[in-house]
Order: sequence, then structure tokens, then C-alpha cells
Amino acid sequence: MTGAEAAQVVLRLDRITKTFGKLVANDAVSLSLHRGEVIALLGENGAGKTTLMNILFGQYTADSGAVEVFGKALPPGNPRAALDAGVGMVHQHFTLADNMTVLENVALGTVPLWQPRLDPAAVRARITKLADDFRLAVDPEARVGTLTVGERQRVEILKALYREAKILILDEPTAVLTPQETDDLFATLRKAVALGLSIVFISHKLHEVMDISDRVVILRHGRLVAEMATRDTDRHALAAAMVGAEVNAPKVSPATPGAALLQLRDVSTPDQGNAPGLKRATLDLRAGQITGLAGVSGNGQAALADLIGGLTAPDAGQLDLDGVGLAQWSPRIAVQSGIARIPEDRHKTGTIADFTLTENAILESYHKPPMSRRGWMNWARAEAATQEIIERYDVRCPGPETRIRLLSGGNMQKLILGRVLEAAPRIILANQPVRGLDIGAVNYVHSQLLAARARGAAVLLISEDLDEIMALSDVIHVISEGRLSPEFARGSMTPAELGVWMAGHGFERDEVAHAS
Amino acid sequence: MDMLDILLSASFWAAAIRIASPLIFATLGELICERAGVLNLGIEGIMVAGAFAGWMAVYSGTGLWTGVMVAMVVGMAFGLIHSVLTVPFGLSQHVVGLGVTLLATSSTYYAYRLALPEVTSPPKITAFQPFEIPVLSDIPLIGPALFAQTPMTYLAFVLVAVVSVVLYRTPLGLALRAAGENPAAVAAQGLSVTGIRMGAVIVGSGFMAMGGAFLTMSAFDSFFFEMVNGRGWICIALVVFGAWKPGKALLGAVLFAAFDALQIRVQQTPLGADIPYQIFLMTPYVLSILALIVMSRRAEVPGALMVPFNKGER
Amino acid sequence: MRLEPIANPSLARTILPPVIAIATTVVVASLLAMLAGANPFAVLGLILKGAFGSKFAVLETLNRATPLIFTGLSVAVAFRARLWNIGAEAQLYAGALITVVLGTGALPWGAGALLPTLVLAAMLAGAVVLLVPALLKVRFGVDEVVTTLLFNFIFLLFVSMLLEGPLKDPMGMGWPKSERLIAEARLPRMMEGLRLHWGFGLAIISAALVWVIQRRTTLGYEMRAVGLNRDAARFAGIAVNGVLIRTALLSGGLAALAGFSEVAGVKGSLTLDLSPGFGYTGIIVAMLALLNPLAVVAAALFVAGIFVGADSMSRAVGVPTYLADIMLATALLLMVLAILLTRFRVVRE
Repeated sequence: MTGAEAAQVVLRLDRITKTFGKLVANDAVSLSLHRGEVIALLGENGAGKTTLMNILFGQYTADSGAVEVFGKALPPGNPRAALDAGVGMVHQHFTLADNMTVLENVALGTVPLWQPRLDPAAVRARITKLADDFRLAVDPEARVGTLTVGERQRVEILKALYREAKILILDEPTAVLTPQETDDLFATLRKAVALGLSIVFISHKLHEVMDISDRVVILRHGRLVAEMATRDTDRHALAAAMVGAEVNAPKVSPATPGAALLQLRDVSTPDQGNAPGLKRATLDLRAGQITGLAGVSGNGQAALADLIGGLTAPDAGQLDLDGVGLAQWSPRIAVQSGIARIPEDRHKTGTIADFTLTENAILESYHKPPMSRRGWMNWARAEAATQEIIERYDVRCPGPETRIRLLSGGNMQKLILGRVLEAAPRIILANQPVRGLDIGAVNYVHSQLLAARARGAAVLLISEDLDEIMALSDVIHVISEGRLSPEFARGSMTPAELGVWMAGHGFERDEVAHAS
Repeated sequence: MDMLDILLSASFWAAAIRIASPLIFATLGELICERAGVLNLGIEGIMVAGAFAGWMAVYSGTGLWTGVMVAMVVGMAFGLIHSVLTVPFGLSQHVVGLGVTLLATSSTYYAYRLALPEVTSPPKITAFQPFEIPVLSDIPLIGPALFAQTPMTYLAFVLVAVVSVVLYRTPLGLALRAAGENPAAVAAQGLSVTGIRMGAVIVGSGFMAMGGAFLTMSAFDSFFFEMVNGRGWICIALVVFGAWKPGKALLGAVLFAAFDALQIRVQQTPLGADIPYQIFLMTPYVLSILALIVMSRRAEVPGALMVPFNKGER
Repeated sequence: MRLEPIANPSLARTILPPVIAIATTVVVASLLAMLAGANPFAVLGLILKGAFGSKFAVLETLNRATPLIFTGLSVAVAFRARLWNIGAEAQLYAGALITVVLGTGALPWGAGALLPTLVLAAMLAGAVVLLVPALLKVRFGVDEVVTTLLFNFIFLLFVSMLLEGPLKDPMGMGWPKSERLIAEARLPRMMEGLRLHWGFGLAIISAALVWVIQRRTTLGYEMRAVGLNRDAARFAGIAVNGVLIRTALLSGGLAALAGFSEVAGVKGSLTLDLSPGFGYTGIIVAMLALLNPLAVVAAALFVAGIFVGADSMSRAVGVPTYLADIMLATALLLMVLAILLTRFRVVRE
């Protein structure tokens, strides 16, 4: 690439501003992308990165400001125009139709709707060529629902490349990948850059930003606060710029584990559609210890969470509490046995959006005194208890009678935390507890989990974020296709080694070793 | 006449195809709506409105096919009302559907009373006559059954093929199916989910109205109250029974109509005379419920059926 | 176009959309009246007068509202738990049927014992009728909208069969009609001289009881939780299927009381035209009341008024009574839109 070509500005965002009600998501943000450049858009959750890219992609209209692609103004609020101008986006939550094939998903929208024919052979040939050029192995006839997460992401990228994207935006692409898959993705991105594409890479993972980007742009609270060449900076500087202060992650002091409070012995559960059940899983949750469960999403985490949470029972094998087998199992019995469950999705299973904070706070306790007596609710008591949670767990809200849908994600999570921790549980099942939260809330949740651990609770931390697992866990298991790896002590495995297990290798050696 | 005689007679199958025809139109219409992700419970009322509108146009002097077009347009108008409320505004598809059924039915009855205030028995028009397709209609059994029907029945069969081709081989059909599976995928490819879903509901409602028009312009030749009599609801069951596929829906409609034709004939047998006629009249509805139970493994339900699409919901 | 939730809606925003919905309905009715060649103001005035303009009118409206309160409550209870009970019509006839089976002499008791027995029997009959679709939904995942709808047709044919067969009144001159209820099975008048039977009183009491159940009992809390977010309810440990079944029993029982009330309070026997669609109208009542049991009473009075008024208006100026149905359908559709607009604003994108 010549100097002139490299300096060509392919994308310019000029003072983009966007508010949602009272929330200022983007505040006069300007940035430029040059040909063949990889920019990392960095910021914590809620900083405005995704909103900015959604504006670029036409899914939102900015209140003010302009977008220029290859020197031409881009009509706002028009995804079609963005696509035609060469902007391609790989969304954080994949926009794929599971019941349709890869070919159908890629071809969707690429031919005008009034045209009578779709030429599957031509589409297939083009997909195959692109897959070869960019090293994205995928089967065009496969139903998307049967693909792994890594494969689905390849389809998302192919969609953009098929439409001849010259600017590729990737929104938190590595959140769901193993370390090896991340390496493969970066190889694909480097290939793309070599072929003339320019990339915007949204992330909050500092080591990846350092690895792949040429330049870093940092957003905080909707504003662009820093911009620097990657080679001129380091992770600490980035972290500080992201938060605006020294990052104070909670310190993890060494612990002495106690007795096993919950044990799985060779437990198997049935598959649920595409989600695998547990396959002869063995696990100990010890008092005073955080057990981390690492793994790519969709490998049986839900099965384990549903099991421990009381929603399913083992088909085979033993689930023991305090060394005693269970005659009956249900969510209520689990709660009664001292298990606190922080669900994976606070909107779908954790809270009821149109219920008040009080009504949400008593979801697990409404059926017995003091919240009700013989079928008769005691709302005064419920409200008082909720007020205590609000104060003790710093839930920012107008009051206990507010509808919970008006709260931010972080405050919702704090209410859920308060609801389950108030009962002083001995076992805590934390499933993706900080997903989508800003750094303040993340630190709060982590400190609560560490405090519970200090009090002698056994914590099971399920997370797709390997960094989080490695930072907090005393012992780590990897889950892959429903199988659990042996226990790895803190510090004994590198991310790459864990990545091998996450990809499913290591289990065969393990099985062979057990068999012999 | 015993059972075997009935099943082997051409007149039985001809009746079955005739009874199936309005169901084919309406089931196709509902299938189009649901494939795009919208449940249209206005189907019963839209069939009533279509039945009256088509008949009324002919009674007022237009040609038969013009009458069919009028019925279709009336259906599309109610489809527009339904889709405006359910798609961009995302209101409950159950409530809006039932409201549209009530609106369509009551406006039809009101219009009828206004147009024909003093009639005691419903006036007649000259309906579609059976049209025998040369050569094909001479094939034993199949000939009189399939190829000696009225033109609207032929249209129904053609539409099944057209809908099939559009759904599975055209870019439009692909977009429509995707809208019913994951609207986010559609939006991400630069297409308008609202446009596609509203279009599907409007076109589907037009089909439903044509199904109603068949009753007054082909099966019978006049309009009377309670004429649709739950056929719309049965078509909703038929969509499920046909696993949301046009070909299977056609089969389901014909099978169902065959049972209906059968019960009419069995009533005339010695065995049938002993059973109260209400039992026979019940069979279509009971069968529909059984069909739903049988198909209750819902692996083929469109993934986003009844889920409104909120652009950029935070 | 995008919808954005409003945190603190102003008073104007809460009042204006429903008012505009009602006003639009009135405008539509006026246009239709003009189409029929009548003076819209006269038409609307006659409707009002026919509904509430005299003691006779008011009593007629209250009587007509009684079964609508019951079916409205039935639907409101079910819809709150997102159990789409469209079968109130069949449940109504189940209640009427059992009233006639037990109340025409089979139980030779005094009114003090007989009437409560009939009430309970009717509720049981209605509950059983809704239980079948409810179980189909819970066990097999069969959508209850279509099954309850189809059940209406099936059950009506069943009643017709019985009325032409075993339940036929031998003195009925060949009409499909049941025998008359014995005197002890008739609902007495609420006050001497007033043509208003205790069915109305029972309806008001039912509304109050449903309100208490929904707001103050654990069952009410569970029904609301299951209706708003089934997954979250299940996760928290609520027995979702059990709640749906209990909701079905209550909902079916309430609709059946409409049948009981019409037979024991008004008609005295069972014929096929007992209900001109009270079960379906109950859906409109419930939606207009936003599923609130106390508002159901008001909505039932409103809807009954429109029907009674339209009947009287039609007799006077000849505009077809279907105008009432059109008004209600329009009011329903506009009202659900209006309610949305009180809580969300439309943002152009």
C-alpha cells in the first residue's frame, strides 16, 4: 500500500450525538478510519460503543452529526445505504435465522425482493471462494442452528464479505470464542486488511486490543476521551483511560477451602435441542472457595446451572448436598437447601419487567412467612424487606414501588444479588453475573462474591469471559459438550492450555487415562 | 350405500375438493401471515367480509371475477388494520385478531342489513359454474373429482403452487421466512421487517377473503348469516397440521374436507340415521383439535411467530 | 418507527389517548348512522336514552350487564395469566346445563340449600369444560386459543343434542327447550318491585372476590407472575402448570355462573338462544377494563348500555343493531392502541 492509499480516510464520523430520553449515549463523538487500518473502539459497558456503531450502520439515527463513507455522506437511519456503501457489521448477538441454512442466511437481502429468482448455485460458489480467501471454513448447506458459536461467527463475517464490505465492524467478537478461535479470527482479520479492508474492532479486552489494533479510541460515558497509536501505549494506560481513574479490581486473597457442600458424581442429564446435557460430570463445590467454570457458550453451562438451580434432576449419577443424596429436587428445595441462584439472563429469567421492585424481591420467598401467611400476602412486610435490600445493596431507584423495567442493568443485578444473598446462602450459583454491566457494577458484584467466599460460602462462577474466571477462581473446571474437565488449581494453567480443553481436546486423553 | 362405495365414488371426491376449496384459500392466507411471524385471528371475520363483499359486487352487477377482486381488496383492507396495530405498534396479536374478526363480521352484517333491508330469504346470484377441463376430466375417478370443478377451485390449486414457489425459490419468500424466524437477521441485511410483515398480513388477508367469497360465489349462490361457521378457526388448526408448508396444508384441507363430506353421506346410511345429527356436525371441530394434538411437537413453528420486533430495543 | 418507554407519564398523556379512542368510536358510529340515513345525534341520543334514560332502561342495562360481568371476570382472570380463554361461551352453557339438570326437580330441596348447590355445581361444570383445553396446553403444548374456540362449537352442538333428546321438555310443544326450573331454583329479586335479580348481586360480589384474590393472595401473585413472565416464574420456583390449571378452574367457573344466572334469574329454562354471544362479548369487556376486576363491572355496564341502547334505538329509527357491535370492536381496537400510547412514545427513526 502506498503512502497515499494508506492515508485515505474511508470512514469519518463527525460529532455524532445521540440521546435516549435523558441518557446521553453519544456526545459529539468524532473519529476517522484510514484505509487498511484496524481501530479498536474501547470502553466499558454502557460507554456508547455499540450505539455509535449502530448509528453508523443505520439502525439508529443520530440527533446531530454526520457520517461519511469513502468521502460521500451516508444517509442516516438506512441500513441498506450503509451496506451498499461498503459497511459490514458483525453483531455481538448474531443476527442469524437458526432454522435456515448458511446459504439462505448469507443470500438474504442481497437480491432485490422484486426479482423472481434466487440462484443458489452462484451463491454457493461465491461463498466457497470467500471462505477460501479469508480462511473461514463453513458448509453452505448446514442449518445454522447446528453450528457452534465459532462457526456462526464465521457466517456473520461471510455475510459482510459477501456484500463486498470494505469497512468491517466487529462488536465484541471474542466474547464467545476460545483462545484458539480468537487466534483464527485475528488471522482472518489480518488477511482482510491485507486485501484492502479497514476494521473497527469493539472490545473491552485490553490484551486483544493491544494485539490486533493500530490505533485505539476510548469512549467513556458517551464521550471520546482518548485516542492513541497502539504502539505508544500499554494495558495499564488503556485501563486508566477507560475508567478515568485507577482501576480497583477487588483483591483476591488466598483461601483455605472447607468441606464439600455440593457434589456431583457422574451426573448425566438429557440434551435439550441444540444445548447439550451433562455427560458424567463430577464436581465438588467446597466451602470458602470459588469454583470457576470456563467454556464456550452453549457447551452445557445451562444444563449444569439448571441442575444445581433445581430446575432439572439428574438422569444418572448422584447429586449430593452435605454428603447426603436428595429424594426430591425443585427450585424451591434448592433455595431452601441454601443455594442462591443468580440467573444468566436478568431480563428473561431473573426479573419480571412489569413487576415492582417489591414484587420482584419476593419471587422466591412470597409463599411462606413473613411474606405471606396461609395464602394471604403481607405487602407491608414485603415492601419493608425490599427497602432494606435497596439500602444495603445500593440499588439506585425511585423506590420499592417502581417498575423494575425502569432500572439500569446494574441496579437490576444488585436487586437480584440482594434478593438471594439476604438469606445468607451457603452455596452461590453465579451464572454470567456481570454480563453487560459497567465496571462499577462489575466490581461490586465481584466484591460481593468474594465476601461470600470469605464468609465460607461455596461459589460456582459460570462465565464466558476467561479473564474473569482466571482472576477470581480458586479452582477451574472447563466444560465442553457437557463434559467436565478435572479440577485445575489457581495458577496451574495458562489461557492457551485452558483453551485446548475448551475446544474439546484433552477430554479424549482424560477418558483414555480413566479407562486404563 | 356402504363405506367402500362412498369412498370409491367420484362424486364423493368431487364434493371433498369443493368443500376443501374455501379452506385452501384461507389456510394459505393464514400460512403466509404466520410464516412471516404474525398470528392472524381475524381470519374468521375476514372470511365473512369476503363472502359478502364478493357476492354483493356481483349482485350489484359486476362480473364474477371482479367480485373476487372486490372480496380480495376488502380482505386486504382488514389485513391493513390488523397489521398496523400488530406490526409497528406491536399490540397483542390475540386481542387485535379477535377485534378484527368482530369488526369485520359486524360491519358485514350492518352492510347487509343496509343493502337489503326487506329480504326474508337471501337473494341469489348466478355463481361460478363447474368448468370441465377437456381430456383430463374424462380420467376415471380423478377426472370428475379434480377437473370438473369451478374456476375458483382451479385458482386455489394454482395458488398453492405459486405460494410454494415464491416461499422457497424467490428472494421475497426467503425474506418472508426469515422475518418469521429471526427479524433481527432481516433488519441486519437492510430489509424492512415492518414492510415484510405488513405485506404478508395484507396479502394473506386477501387470500382469506377469497376463501369466504368461494362460499357465496361458487359453493352456494347467496349470502346468509353464520355461513362461515368456524371455518376460519379450523384453518388455523390446518396451518399447524400442515407444518406451515403449503403442500402439506393442501393435503390437510382435502383430508379434512373428505371427512366432512363423509359425515354428510354417512348420515344417510341406516347406521347414520340412528346417530343424532349433531354428532356428525361436531366431527370437523373434534378432528381439528385432534390434528392439533397430533402436531403438538412444534419443531417446525416459525421461530419468531407472535414475537413483535422492536427495532433497537434496549 | 420506534417505541420508547416513558418513565413518568404526564396527566395529559394518561387521559388523552383513551378519550380520543372513545371520541373516534363515536365519530365512526355517527358516520355509519348517517350511512343508514339517520341523524347521528338522534342515534347517539337514543342509544343513551335507551341505556340509562329511564328506570326501565337502567334495569334492563343492569340485567344485561350481569352475564357480562361474569364472562368479563372469567376472561380477565384467564388473560392475566396469559391463558387465552376464548371458550367462555361453552363454559357459560355448561353452567346453564347443569342448572337445568339439577334444578328442574332432581334435587327437591329448599332454596336455601338448592341455590348454593347450583352455584357450586355450575362453577364445577364450567371449570371442567375449560380444564380440557388447559390440560392439552400444559401436557401437549397445544395452543388454547383454537381449542377453546372450537370447543364452543362442539359444546353448543352437545347442548342442542341434549335439548332435542333427554332434556327435552315434554310439554314444550316440540321446541328444543328444557323443562322449567322449580321455584326453589329461581334467583329471587334483589328488591321488591325491582326487575333485578340476585344474579347481579352475585356478579358484584364475584368481582370484589376476584379483586381480593388478585391483590392480596399468593394465588393472585402467582397468576400475575406467570402471566407476565413464565420463565422467570418457573425459575423462581413457582409451579407454573399448577397455577395455569387453577386459573383455568377459576376462569371456567366464573363464565359458568353467567349461564346459571341467566337461567335461574331470567329465563327459567334452557334454550339454544340463551346467550347472544356473552362469552365473546366478555372478551371485549375484559380488555376495555384492562383486566382489572373492579373495572370489569364498569366496562360491563358500558357495553350492556350500548347493546340495550342500540336495541331501543333500532326499534325507533331502524338503524341495524349491529352498529353496537361495530362500536365495540372499534372501541376495543382503539383502546388497546391508546393504552400503549399512554406508556410509550413514538420516535421517528
